[in-house]
Amino acid sequence: MATEPRARLSPEIAAKIRSHGAETYPHECCGALLGREIADDLREIVGLFPLVNRRDDSPRNRFSVTSDDVRDAEKAARQQGVDVLGWYHSHPDHPAKPSQYDQDHAWPWYSYVIVSVANGEPQYMTSWRLADDRSQFTPEDLEIREGTASAVP
Amino acid sequence: MAVKVMIPTPLRVYTGKRDSAEFTAATVGEALGHLTTQFGDLRKHLFTEDGKLRSFVNVYVNDEDIRYLAKENTPTKDGDTISIVPSIAGGSSLASCCC
Repeated sequence: MATEPRARLSPEIAAKIRSHGAETYPHECCGALLGREIADDLREIVGLFPLVNRRDDSPRNRFSVTSDDVRDAEKAARQQGVDVLGWYHSHPDHPAKPSQYDQDHAWPWYSYVIVSVANGEPQYMTSWRLADDRSQFTPEDLEIREGTASAVP
Repeated sequence: MAVKVMIPTPLRVYTGKRDSAEFTAATVGEALGHLTTQFGDLRKHLFTEDGKLRSFVNVYVNDEDIRYLAKENTPTKDGDTISIVPSIAGGSSLASCCC
């Protein structure tokens, strides 16, 4: 039986994601999750690569990362000896649950972390992976754990 | 024309972790066709149900975006590298006037 995928990150990195969501509120924030796969269905997020939301026209409920931004994130990951594991973004005044728009635009394999930000205050965080048939997102168990490696300065 | 297609990280689960594949192809479209024939699971992530490249799939021949060339009819020559590069998009279900 397949186990639920898991992603692990330190409290410091979780705090950075929340802070980014609070900083950009009421607009969506976005960025890359950097780290490595350390076992089947277990990833360790050891750093972030915050990005600018390129959706100037509708930043309140949309984010966009260009292919150039993706390349920049991948370069940063290589320099740190890790990989781009996925992406994070915020949902201002909305639950941290993937929307149909999230699903329609998602790539498989990546971890998608979403943080809900209510009235400028970060709330809970979730993580998801797109199913192979693109029919839904599968929840990814997000472990915020002391002692997890962190490249955050 | 012998071309190399670079496979982005999120699609390597469907290629046995291969990061590239080589084909004989006269156009970008032909190369992508060979790619999705060899690795069938890639097709739904690269193309919509009506056979169009998904909006978040960016394809380059060497360093040129095919959107500014002849799109999938862009001709290829020996030694060309075709790169598939993701762009990332999403957002909440919060109501907005924009999509």
